[in-house]
Amino acid sequence: MNIALLLEMAAQAAPDRVGLVCDGKRWTYGELLCAARGACALIERSGAHYVALLDESSEAAVIALFGAALAGVPYCPLNYRLADADLAALLGRIAPALVVGDGKRVARIAGDQGHTVLPRREFTLQAQEPVPEAEDREYDPGAEGVAVQLFTSGTTAAPKAAILRHSNLLGYILGSVEFASADEDDAALVVVPPYHIAGISAIMSSIYAGRRMVMLPAFSPEGWLSLVAGEKVTNAFVVPTMLGRIIAEQDRNPVETGSLRAIAYGGGKMPVEVIQKALALFPHAGFTNAYGLTETSSTIALLGPDDHRAALASDDPKVRARLASLGQPLPTVEIEIRDEDGKVLGPGEHGEIYVRGEQVSGEYKEKSALVDGGWFPTRDAGYMDEDGYIFLSGRADDVIVRGGENMSPGEIEDVLLTHPAIADACACAVPSVEWGEAVGVALVLRDGHLEPAVDEIKELIRARLRSSRVPDRITFVAELPYNEMGKLLRREVKKLLGD
Amino acid sequence: MKPGTRLKSAADDTEVMVIRTGGGTIECGGAPMGEAKPAEPAALNPDFSAGTLMGKRYVDAGGQYELLCVKPGKGSLSVDGVALIVKDAKPLPASD
Repeated sequence: MNIALLLEMAAQAAPDRVGLVCDGKRWTYGELLCAARGACALIERSGAHYVALLDESSEAAVIALFGAALAGVPYCPLNYRLADADLAALLGRIAPALVVGDGKRVARIAGDQGHTVLPRREFTLQAQEPVPEAEDREYDPGAEGVAVQLFTSGTTAAPKAAILRHSNLLGYILGSVEFASADEDDAALVVVPPYHIAGISAIMSSIYAGRRMVMLPAFSPEGWLSLVAGEKVTNAFVVPTMLGRIIAEQDRNPVETGSLRAIAYGGGKMPVEVIQKALALFPHAGFTNAYGLTETSSTIALLGPDDHRAALASDDPKVRARLASLGQPLPTVEIEIRDEDGKVLGPGEHGEIYVRGEQVSGEYKEKSALVDGGWFPTRDAGYMDEDGYIFLSGRADDVIVRGGENMSPGEIEDVLLTHPAIADACACAVPSVEWGEAVGVALVLRDGHLEPAVDEIKELIRARLRSSRVPDRITFVAELPYNEMGKLLRREVKKLLGD
Repeated sequence: MKPGTRLKSAADDTEVMVIRTGGGTIECGGAPMGEAKPAEPAALNPDFSAGTLMGKRYVDAGGQYELLCVKPGKGSLSVDGVALIVKDAKPLPASD
């Protein structure tokens, strides 16, 4: 099995159809496949053990992904935002690699590691040189071959090298995308960084569906909206912070977005206020919340457009609450909620989210995290309602344990956000002599409001939750720390509250 | 036969990738499929000539076999003479 099959099929069915638009240049499926075969030859000549990408999204990401697959070498896109020392350490873990992208930086920080470096333009040009025997050659690294290696963001410890095999990624695409199902006019706007799993799955699912990709290498709300209007984009995936900024920009300088039919979001918690505004601002678009992890080859649960509309229109608090849920498991995976002893929990009971299925790798280069029966403990905490809708309450590692009682930051934050003067909130554990841990909260004041009294906030929590959830420490900050994907950096808030 | 194996029809242009397989004989157009095309093409059996569609997955009733059509043709797929059927998947909204 080889994920290159996806591009081979697209190129066979529609060689002259445009598959990618980037920086004004259009690439057909036939041209992309030729370039991937050329990249395979380049990779083989270099003797590299990995193909790394140190660059923003561009055609090079597509060519490198499939070129590496053909060559049977893992593709390893790296986060160019990392500090030099951290990046050099990751490069050291994949040496010798063919590194596509920022050659000067590699020479400066990892010049002695034996890498072959090609800047984006050179890589793309060299890959397009024809390869004579490409047509008749069989490329098969086997089902067990590693297609992609992604370093996790390492919010709690050193980055782990998550491994996705060809069989995991193909299982995900074949199970969730119908071949050539997109209309000729369909276009997906890809803005997720290439080193994120959603950036990789976007490439594979767009190509298999036959949906033209429009790449925006660096996000800006103006750039995003102008591409939507200019390329008549029909589908887009965004992270919550992007959607918030797009809404604000579209409010100020509206452009024609009538072509947008589907907007998917994920990668972090979506504020209900933002999604409500988005539903009103893009009335013709269906919204989909996608929940997934690097270790699961992307999406494992979906809240689809019908769920969004039903939640908005319903008077039933249970159905309305689903606007904040992750939706239901994909038909191709199984999901369970389990307690700390591994016991499966019933509806409404809080525990850890476990998942299994073909697309689930749950594997790191160092070791597999799978438990008995092939289940992957996600370390995400949450619960399922009686209809199978999953609700996320945070990372299992973020659970606050106060005097033996477990509480999730999410439930406390949800209540805090109902206060009109609070724009953003983060709850986390603070050391307590009496209880071991207690609740600390960092709050962001909404513009134009006065800071509420500490007692008022404590009373809000006491009235809505239990007295054990009442924060010991409350602090106001100008803003909460998020990473570029919109993930709240709790350890930094913890530091702030601990001081 | 391991998953990922590509099989070619002896009777038409069909090619499949094996996703799952039991021990039986996989056929197209009524003739056994192989990793290479035979020198002499087999005749297309009219009982197995409904055609294959690119990108469709074909399964048996027992869930033992699953084949992905990677090249379409005039024949239709079977295992030990029993026709395979198209796997219908509920379309999902695009999520990435």
